Amino acid sequence: MSALPTVGDPAPAPGAAPVQPAVARPAAPLRTAPAGTRRRRQRRRSWAADALGLLATAVLGFPIYWMVSSAFKDGPELLSYTPHWWPHHPTLENFRRALSREWFWTNVGNSLIVVTATVVISLAVALLAAIAVARFDFRGRRAFVACLLAVQMVPLTALIIPLFLMLDGVGLTDRLPGIVLTYLSFVLPFSVWTLRGFVLAVPVELEEAAMLDGCTRVQAWRHVLFPLVAPGLVATAIFAFIQAWNEYVLAYVLLRSPENQTVTVWLASFTTSRGTEWGPLMAAATLTALPVVVFFVIIQRRVVSGLTAGAVKG
Amino acid sequence: MAPYLLVAPAVAVVLGILGWPLAQLVAISFQRYGLAELIRHRGRWVGLDNYASIVRDPDFWLVALRTTAFTAVTVLATMLIGVGLAFLLRRVRRLVKLLLTVTLVFVWATPVVVGVSMWQWLVDYEFGVVNWVLGRIGVDGFPRHNWFEDPVQGLAVVGAVVVWGAVPFVAITVHAALSQVPEELREAAVIDGASAPQVARLVTLPLIRPVLNLVVVLEIIWNFQVFSQLWIMVGGRPTQDYQLFSVYAYTQSFGISQYGRGAAIAVVMVLALAGLSVVYVRRMLATEATS
Repeated sequence: MSALPTVGDPAPAPGAAPVQPAVARPAAPLRTAPAGTRRRRQRRRSWAADALGLLATAVLGFPIYWMVSSAFKDGPELLSYTPHWWPHHPTLENFRRALSREWFWTNVGNSLIVVTATVVISLAVALLAAIAVARFDFRGRRAFVACLLAVQMVPLTALIIPLFLMLDGVGLTDRLPGIVLTYLSFVLPFSVWTLRGFVLAVPVELEEAAMLDGCTRVQAWRHVLFPLVAPGLVATAIFAFIQAWNEYVLAYVLLRSPENQTVTVWLASFTTSRGTEWGPLMAAATLTALPVVVFFVIIQRRVVSGLTAGAVKG
Repeated sequence: MAPYLLVAPAVAVVLGILGWPLAQLVAISFQRYGLAELIRHRGRWVGLDNYASIVRDPDFWLVALRTTAFTAVTVLATMLIGVGLAFLLRRVRRLVKLLLTVTLVFVWATPVVVGVSMWQWLVDYEFGVVNWVLGRIGVDGFPRHNWFEDPVQGLAVVGAVVVWGAVPFVAITVHAALSQVPEELREAAVIDGASAPQVARLVTLPLIRPVLNLVVVLEIIWNFQVFSQLWIMVGGRPTQDYQLFSVYAYTQSFGISQYGRGAAIAVVMVLALAGLSVVYVRRMLATEATS
């Protein structure tokens, strides 16, 4: 990481270095600086950092702000050569037109069916496997875990051809059960891995105590482990929901007729015709993102660390 | 016996919808598999012909080169911005930190298809804000600049969408790693006379290196296989100059009905990423053993 701190730049924000020349100073050991100067420097530096932080917030957030604000603008405001930075005459017309566009409700329904089925099946199968992996030491356990991790790295686009041919062979292309099957391929491995972490977080002694008190192993899981893992189960379910809801490639390839497609394919098809209707598109995009964003904000802390969990201490 | 019963369903699913298709992919890559074969549901064995034909195809090498360049640039940009923001998050005051974190989470949560839609609107040639801004600061040829006429610019826009979507993961993950570095270590280094850059280079960086490595590996794997962003951005009709590996494998199979050839390209793509996947799996298994 040669991009990290350059001499005299204590705020190693590489992309932004030119913006804050104020902090450039000779590299002197901190303790030799008189206390007063140091504090002033500290404050100045912190102002620069704050400004930079606000700039980053604005730049990163602008596309989202622009989508949402455009969704509330009327035609003349959208198609204006000078941008209107906020909707002067807010209107719901774009949402109305997006919702009344062909297949919207059908495709939202399809998405819900596919996502629900995928999440329920994945979680049931994954919870059992997670308990096995977290609570037992068996031959092939390590290989199984390694496989789970490895398959998550296989590009989904590489699997499209065989998945398509496989479903085509049994007449499941362009049908929702077929798409559910293929969605398991990326939701299940991830769910097992994440749930394994949640099971491990429950001290095994609790189950052992329950078994000493006369529970069978299965009863101990049901009455002790399950309630404690339940929050993790919810978090995993939501994350699985998000992944399945956002999926585009498989749905695009495997579901050909418009009445069978999912909402992401519906949204992407907005733009293929010449002369996009930007207002309704932004409204539709906002609506598509809404459930995902709400869920994601709720569970972000709990689950997303799973990808790199424990890697710090090594 | 119990653990085997418990993992059996998962193993069955993984074998059925991942193992079998992967095996099929390799098998098809050795077959002639066109429309006729598709109808009969059976390919014709041709050995290494598909591989020989893609290796002889200059387009293939061009796509490989383009994808590598695209991956290198986007991963580098993502890491620079992401790690920069992670450090920045530690230096800003509470309110700014909250604003920035919330924004990062929102960007992270944005579905890819939605992200592409908003960026299409941003760079629209007639009413896009980006063209307006560039015109205002006096760059020639704006407004009414078509970003997709020149494939390099078009891919730059696709890259921007990819980087924008990937930065939050890097920033938040690295920030989490940074906050696990014990403050005493840094303080001790300062007392020993280390300058701030020295502390960062000699204390902080080595401690977060495992996370950095892991994130880089994931970003390379993800960006190498970019499909949706590109595909939707160009309206499902990428010209030859726009092809990245995933799109190339797709158009070579579904576009011109040469599934064998497309499968061979896909196998090459999987193999290209296999090494990095091994790094990821080993790293995760090492932490798994200790947790």
